[in-house]
Amino acid sequence: MKRRSFNQLMLAGLILPGMWRNIASAGGAPRVVVVGAGFAGATVAKYLRLWSQGRVEVTVIEPGSGFVSCPVSNLVLGGSRQIQDISRSYDVLRQHGIQMRQASVTQIDAGKRQLKLDDGTHLGYDKLVLAPGISFDYSHLNAVTGLDLQQHFLHAWKAGAQTVALKQQLQAMPDGGVFALTVPALPYRCPPGPYERACQVAYYLKQHKPRSKVLVLDANPAITSKRALFEKAWAELYPGMIEYQPVSELKQIDPAQRMVRTTFDTFRFDVLNLIPPQTAGRIALDNGLANAEGRWCDVDYVSYESKQAQHIHILGDALDSGLPKSAHIATSEAKVCASAIIDILAGQAPDPAPVFANTCYSYVSADEAMHVANVYRYDEKSREMKPAPGGGVSKQHSAGEAREARSWASNIWHDALG
Amino acid sequence: MRIILTVLLSLVGVTPLTMAGQADSHIRSLAASCAACHGYEGKSQGETPSLAGMPPDQFLDRMRHYRDMDDDGSVMNQHAKGLTREEISLLAGYFACVVPDGTACNTYRQKADGQ
Ligand code: HEC
Repeated sequence: MKRRSFNQLMLAGLILPGMWRNIASAGGAPRVVVVGAGFAGATVAKYLRLWSQGRVEVTVIEPGSGFVSCPVSNLVLGGSRQIQDISRSYDVLRQHGIQMRQASVTQIDAGKRQLKLDDGTHLGYDKLVLAPGISFDYSHLNAVTGLDLQQHFLHAWKAGAQTVALKQQLQAMPDGGVFALTVPALPYRCPPGPYERACQVAYYLKQHKPRSKVLVLDANPAITSKRALFEKAWAELYPGMIEYQPVSELKQIDPAQRMVRTTFDTFRFDVLNLIPPQTAGRIALDNGLANAEGRWCDVDYVSYESKQAQHIHILGDALDSGLPKSAHIATSEAKVCASAIIDILAGQAPDPAPVFANTCYSYVSADEAMHVANVYRYDEKSREMKPAPGGGVSKQHSAGEAREARSWASNIWHDALG
Repeated sequence: MRIILTVLLSLVGVTPLTMAGQADSHIRSLAASCAACHGYEGKSQGETPSLAGMPPDQFLDRMRHYRDMDDDGSVMNQHAKGLTREEISLLAGYFACVVPDGTACNTYRQKADGQ
């Protein structure tokens, strides 16, 4: 390693010297507004406060009254967790000096750097961070089926009330019934999530309604993540219980007869868990922040600033990044973005080549799990985050990995909201 | 090379301090992405070991071990292979000095100054 003085080397990241002299304070402290308090939004808000030593004012706009974690939410269906176990309050964010406003944004005026909220008020910003998550796109399905599918079937793909309601449908299903679950074509939130859900539903059925079946109707040509691991887990733990149908896009549904038609076949179901195709959160699409294809957003992966509008940064599942839409990625992006915003406000260049870790665990039962892990590094040529060497998956599911997964959940919840 | 770079940078008004600032934020964000498993500032809330205040030699030893072994399907093996040597060295200092007055940080400080 090159010789560096103690001050430069040792203070690696703990103190960023001399920066705040440069922060323009003409109009008081710079103000950052964060829209959405999921993993990405909560994390960016907290780290903006911490890493600026409280010198950036942060307001978070979030319509929900508390946080419910999508990771681990499938275990509520399996029965080994309750919804309270995966719910957290936003109180600690307030203790970091973050202003929480329970509201929705109705309009973004990028020119005036101003938001309009659903309570009629306006809010100005120096920098805006959108962490809008996903929205569901039923338009194609509704057109082909002639139904309003959102009214008929639960997705439970945003953890909360729907998770609990789907659990009740599962409990009400007769033994010998079919729990069908549809998987949209990539990209969608949490690639291994639907297959983990199949495990958790089977875990519940095996104990309570052993003659029942899980039917996975996948629009993709094959299991999209941890394929060999899921196939092994299904065969070993739930033999004969999980039926998997690839290339099976939804074509028609008859809610009265409880029949569904896919690309090749027709199936009967008792409960249908319809996970629809997804887009970036509507707030981004409705305000001209989508890319040319119109479904997701493009940003500069050094600062997470939108390619469509200055001073607006976008994070997490809303991005067309090619990265898995995971909670760990969302929080890692949030930290790079918080750091970049602080640098930019101080008139300094952000880290030109960020690097971060991602891991995603899937539970195959109440107490066995497996993972996929990768480091991602900024590639200056393509200007995208690319997988670094060495990533991979577990050799097989195990109890040890479930202990790691529990520790992961405690730590990431605490990191974002503690 | 470093001298030339420094001269060039000071000509365009960028001081080596800014350079250090960049390296710092690079490591700080990277270290923060370990928090999902090792806890905020390396202080774990669960079973996964804490990294805060870890003696740098031990940290380097563990990371070299993870990096150099064949893929055994463990998360650390898969993460360590994606990092550069310099990143690993700087992470050792970062986590040692998250506890600024601890022995680990003092050791690291003495080493870095003596280098
Ligand atoms: C997905 C979870 C996960 C992530 C992300 C992760 N680690 Fe780990 N780490 C672990 C687990 C689990 C262990 C314990 C493994 C063992 O005992 O072999 C561990 C062990 C370690 C150890 C050895 C600790 C000891 O006491 O022996 C070091 C050092 C370490 N990790 C550094 C890092 C760094 C640096 C990062 C970020 C670049 C990181 N880890 C990211 C899960 C993770």
